[in-house]
Amino acid sequence: MSLDVREAGRAAATPARPRREITTAFVVSRIAVLAVTAAILLYAVPPLVAAESWTALALLCAAAAAVACLYLTRRFVPAKYLVPGTVFLLAFQVFPVAYTVTTAFTNFGDGHRGSKAEAVTAIEAGSVRQAPGSPEYGLTPALRGEELVFLLVDPKTKQVSLGTADGLTPLAGAELGLTGKVVAAPGLTVLKAPEAAARAADISAMAVPTDGGLIKANGLSRAVEGRATLTYDAACDCVRGDGGTWAADEEQGYFVNARGEHLAQGWQVNVGLDNFARALTDRTISGYFLGVLGWNVIFALASVLGTFALGMAVALALHHPRMRGTKVYRIAVILPYAMPSFAMLLVWRDLFNRDFGLVNQMLGAHVDWLGEPGTARLGVILVNLWLGFPYMFLVTTGALQAIPRELTEAAAIDGATPWRAFRRVTLPLLLVALTPLLISSFAFNFNNFNAIALTTEGGPFPAASPQVGSTDLLITYTFRLAFGAGGAQFGFAAAISVFIFTIVALISAVAFRRTRKQEEVYA
Amino acid sequence: MRKRALGVAALATLAFTATACGGSEPAAPAATSGASAPASSAAGGGTLVIWADPSRVQPLKPFADAFGKENGVTVEVKEISKDNQQTFLTASQQGSGPDIMIGAHDWIGNLVQNGAIDPVTLTEEQKAAFSEKAVQAVTFNGQIYGAPYAVENIALIRNTELAPDAPATIEDMIAKGKQLKADGKVKEVLCLPVGQKGDAFHVYPIFASAGGALFGTTATGDPDPKKVLLGAPDSVKAFEKLKDLGEKGDGALRTSITNENYIVNFSGGKCAYLVSGPWAIADIKKAGVSYDISAVPSFKGGKPATPFVGVQTFFVASKGKSKALAQEFVANYVTNVDVAMALYKADPRPPALTAALQQVQAEDPDAAKFMEAGKEGMPMPAIPEMAAIWEPFGIAENAAVKGGDAAEAAAAAQKAIDGALKNN
Repeated sequence: MSLDVREAGRAAATPARPRREITTAFVVSRIAVLAVTAAILLYAVPPLVAAESWTALALLCAAAAAVACLYLTRRFVPAKYLVPGTVFLLAFQVFPVAYTVTTAFTNFGDGHRGSKAEAVTAIEAGSVRQAPGSPEYGLTPALRGEELVFLLVDPKTKQVSLGTADGLTPLAGAELGLTGKVVAAPGLTVLKAPEAAARAADISAMAVPTDGGLIKANGLSRAVEGRATLTYDAACDCVRGDGGTWAADEEQGYFVNARGEHLAQGWQVNVGLDNFARALTDRTISGYFLGVLGWNVIFALASVLGTFALGMAVALALHHPRMRGTKVYRIAVILPYAMPSFAMLLVWRDLFNRDFGLVNQMLGAHVDWLGEPGTARLGVILVNLWLGFPYMFLVTTGALQAIPRELTEAAAIDGATPWRAFRRVTLPLLLVALTPLLISSFAFNFNNFNAIALTTEGGPFPAASPQVGSTDLLITYTFRLAFGAGGAQFGFAAAISVFIFTIVALISAVAFRRTRKQEEVYA
Repeated sequence: MRKRALGVAALATLAFTATACGGSEPAAPAATSGASAPASSAAGGGTLVIWADPSRVQPLKPFADAFGKENGVTVEVKEISKDNQQTFLTASQQGSGPDIMIGAHDWIGNLVQNGAIDPVTLTEEQKAAFSEKAVQAVTFNGQIYGAPYAVENIALIRNTELAPDAPATIEDMIAKGKQLKADGKVKEVLCLPVGQKGDAFHVYPIFASAGGALFGTTATGDPDPKKVLLGAPDSVKAFEKLKDLGEKGDGALRTSITNENYIVNFSGGKCAYLVSGPWAIADIKKAGVSYDISAVPSFKGGKPATPFVGVQTFFVASKGKSKALAQEFVANYVTNVDVAMALYKADPRPPALTAALQQVQAEDPDAAKFMEAGKEGMPMPAIPEMAAIWEPFGIAENAAVKGGDAAEAAAAAQKAIDGALKNN
């Protein structure tokens, strides 16, 4: 719109170029988009204030100001178009990739999710045991002036004690209710249930020191004398307690004792290239890698070429001028694409069941489709073909409309057979438009987790190697390694993702380069 | 004209920026009052957030509300339907998790190593009110990590029209099943899910009866992840027995019977025997099959066929915001018979509270029969290392059932598990 401003000066001298007409729809959509942005920004303010994260708040304000500057003035026309795309690129492409790569250098995963401080808290809290022989006190929280105190009733002797941050002292003159709770006590305000609940956080923070440990509230109506059997000692950066000493090991993110055993709770540490090294040196991974990669490439190629061939064949058939009832056929063909693939994959798995599946019943066969390597591979490719060809049909139909019929007619006049006309004219022109889609379809199928995980789960597995199945793709195989046996290992999974990303990026780069050459020939 | 438009734009910019930035001051009190608004109407403080799977949300609601009213707090019961354990762990870590989580007791090991749950102190009286198995299951490293409320295990469910008597041994069951199949009355000898990846949970009683074992035990009697026994000679013999029952043997175990079709097959009359849990009963009743429940039989002269026992548990989240309320709810409120009964009615799994179980028994003999069948059961190991067992075990089972070399399959499973647990 700055264009308008510049033109305004010249408007008198030269005939004005037609100005962009400001339609109602334009204004309304702009107001709507800005209102939504403003609403989101305003919505984010209260939680940020509550969390006292002022930096984030400042960023939020800056973002709001920037959006306002950009879209409420007539300046920065190129930025108006570039900024949304750039923001989405950063948020949905650059950030996830950067996050995955940084995670690959840590041991983030089960047992190593939080910080060291959190691990220490968890270790100490988890080690608190009830002091042997101590009573299970009935608890009545009360106020002495403004100070929160505990009125503790020994259930056996009915003796009432006053628990404060200084310790436990017997209390005389308290009046007990039927349930064993204190109803009234001299000089104290007894808290009723709702009042106590309102102070729940203070009550759980309160600790009454005793000789053997601490009396802490267990809920709002009971208190227990507990003793931490493990305590962290900052001086030696270790955990001491019953059963020995565990020293912090910053390389593993665990507290480890002299025998090499570790406490269950660990923390997240930087492990450098360990995850990458493990992927390369672990024999259960590297030993099967080439086999899995080979099948993975075959699966992706077969899926793309199969769906493309079938989709194109159907599209060509329906494109024929003498074809009747194309609408009905088109709807029928698109159906597999319109159904949720999740459900369809599960249905197909059951159709392939040897004894109860429809496939065997219709064929009168007794084939263990998903139980033998060969048939299982054929099976998953067939299922993927069924799921994928409507997409190829759609895009090919679109591309066919753009190829002028005169070209094929001219070829026919020149004496070319229909097959030759297709090979020499239609297909090359189609490929110019569709190759980028084929490449992205290849990348998608290369990582088609659902197609395998929901049908064969990677199986059948040879008895001798339960880690890797015949239909495993790299993604399902590594998913099992990273999330199967040892709980969730996000760091390791991220390292593997980096490897898979590299492979797919390489293949795609080569393919795109070749397409460009092809375009130069035909365009 | 144009100048005025520019002026309007500039003004709007200013106003917009001012609302966005200035929003912080008036918004601050609004935020706090917003959070405490529902609570102040209930005359007190705080909210208690409970996460449960879909089937438990409705039955919990009235009790949650009653607890809320009693203590003047707001109680929210939220439905979590997928990947509950991982969702809970991730949310806890971010500080957006619940105060109370409901889940199976075998999560405990993993939740503890991630510092996600706190031990719960139950009085001696409360502990005595639960069945011994339930308390044993929620005990980890000598600490109780939650309040159990339902105990479940698998048993043998039989179609009493086809097989009137409970079989005394696996051999009897197979003989009867084969005879029914030969007579054309059923299609399958036994409905026990195997599938293409095996099913360790359902086959475990038979495996255990044949002498197989997963782990050795530590000095304190807990499973010892350093001593994996799947490849040990006794376990190899057990896999041999599974092979004998499998596709190249008796044909009782088949890979085509899966978790999706085994209950349907039984209620459709395709087999006389079903190995399953309380969750199968609703379908069987709907199909109108007359049935009875008994323990999974053991091999003649074999060890007891011990099923895994799973215990549904209320956990107190370590990183919850209202921990005192959560402890109050878990330790002192859901240990209540009425709550156990309501949960039972919504989702009939035998209650962990003995008093509730007795009440249930009077109305519903099935619960008692399942309980009886699980008397010898083994609480599912709660150690995090158990995660490494399921898949290799299942694949070895699948290989044996298909008629493969049992010794080779057992050795490969042992190797895979030891590798994953770094036991070498």
